[in-house]
Amino acid sequence: MEILVCVKRVPDAAENEISVGAEGADIRRDDLVYSVNEWDNYAVEEAVQIVEREGGNVTIVSMGDGDAEEVVRREMAMGATQGLLLTDAAFDGSDGLGIATILAAAARKRQYDLILTGALADDGAGQVGGMLAALLDWPYASVVNKIETKDGKSLRIGREIEGGTQEISDIETPCVLSIQTGINEPRYVGIRGIRKVASIEIPVLDAGALGIDAATVGATAANVRRIDYFVPQLGASAEMIEGSTEEVAGKLVDLLKAKGGIR
Amino acid sequence: MPGVLVFCEVQDGKLKKASREALSIGRKLAEAAGGDLTAFASDESAADDAGRYGAKKLFVTGAGGYNPEMYTAAMQAAIAQTSPSIVLFGGTSNGRDLAPRLAARLDAGVASDVDRLEWAGSKLKARRPVYSGKAFATVEVSSVPAIATTRMNAFPAEESGGGAAEVVEVSAPAESKAKVVETKVTQSGELSIVEADIIVAGGRGLKEGANFSLIRDLAHAIGGAVGASRATVDAGWIDHQHQVGQTGRVVSPNLYIAAGVSGAIQHLAGMSSSKHIVAINKDPEAPIFRVADLGVVGDLFTILPALTEEVKRAKAH
Repeated sequence: MEILVCVKRVPDAAENEISVGAEGADIRRDDLVYSVNEWDNYAVEEAVQIVEREGGNVTIVSMGDGDAEEVVRREMAMGATQGLLLTDAAFDGSDGLGIATILAAAARKRQYDLILTGALADDGAGQVGGMLAALLDWPYASVVNKIETKDGKSLRIGREIEGGTQEISDIETPCVLSIQTGINEPRYVGIRGIRKVASIEIPVLDAGALGIDAATVGATAANVRRIDYFVPQLGASAEMIEGSTEEVAGKLVDLLKAKGGIR
Repeated sequence: MPGVLVFCEVQDGKLKKASREALSIGRKLAEAAGGDLTAFASDESAADDAGRYGAKKLFVTGAGGYNPEMYTAAMQAAIAQTSPSIVLFGGTSNGRDLAPRLAARLDAGVASDVDRLEWAGSKLKARRPVYSGKAFATVEVSSVPAIATTRMNAFPAEESGGGAAEVVEVSAPAESKAKVVETKVTQSGELSIVEADIIVAGGRGLKEGANFSLIRDLAHAIGGAVGASRATVDAGWIDHQHQVGQTGRVVSPNLYIAAGVSGAIQHLAGMSSSKHIVAINKDPEAPIFRVADLGVVGDLFTILPALTEEVKRAKAH
């Protein structure tokens, strides 16, 4: 199976304090620690496991500048044979649909059976996978937490939905799936693994090479524009409840009654 | 017509809470835009509910259960009939699955997981969390229609007292490349923190994984979901799906009870927009008290069981 996995270099939300620049137009990025989007590790691991079972190749693709190459190489070290970097100043400021348009152009360059993305990334939108599928006119499923290969023409997949339920579907290939964390245990990538892929050339494709009309992507084409950012301020201190355990429990129960916790 | 169309989901013959919330903010936006509120659902059983929340018309597919390809086509048909300025989806997994696909078909923009919406200058302005809630971004969606998915619990569900919505059928393709074969309750079968109205969360103060039973007992007694801090998930005490404050797990429940959670910035970012926050911690300097409305400095090992007992007693009456 030929599998394309889309990955993104993001500020590591757990490691960074986020602050907003003077104009509110962007977060301060100078001191941020970047890494691969956590979800993407699960997508790459799943792709590598499928190829280990069934044969084929995993290709890692990322849209971004030269800094994204490090992330592509790290993910390749998990067991991918090829990498692709999509870089063009015209891509800057793309919204979800712009990014999906760029990825779709890359996907059309070869015949893939399956495209995986992380279910979410740093901006929490979770929309590129669904848009990519629509542009390719492929079926799509989101928050996938199980993939079984069936007969070469379709996959049996599980999706995490509300109410502690899992939906099991059969989906024809080629398709796009967005992968939820917890679907597998992403393998450790050591220095040796990264050295193994260090000599593999990663082609860099720009708008021209991808056959994209630059007017359809980037900031000017974006339907969603950021106006400003702000960081929520912590409030004043809480009102403190004091007393014996029974008194405290009694007061909390009163609160629960008022807030719908006890009906 | 400058109206609002809301994608709705039916469960057990009623509109899901996320759909009622989306209809409620949709009605306000429709008023601001000077148009009608219309709704879309799988079948006409939603007509009374949709009308009660202000929808004049209800488009139905007759395509059966959720299917991205069929529903995208049916939603497109509904949009072709009403030309709405705004299309809203409740932030369920299906809503979040469908919105991007529809947007790509319509060449439209989507603001995801929004907790504020405003119609200003013929554009949809939305507020949404980024970087796991550590920051918020205001975005403007300039396409027609402008699309948004609403964060669960962020918009109050308010009836408007309207009569049943007029049912209009829209067609959907009969064939699809994906089919649901089964829906099953997972092992835990627990309420997800994203949808829960009440969350009881535990942190490192629980000392060991087995003590999450104290959190579970209280959560079960009041019908809430179980939340957890990153430290407890990293320690393997509880499954990652309970972790509050990771990307995609920013929550706004009506009531959030944190026990033994000191309040690392990531956790606070993930829950500080809860309507009411109660913190129980033995350290009076714990950062969690800075976002809490009510605080108890004390031992969770005595307070939680006492509270659970009190709740059970109060419910028995």
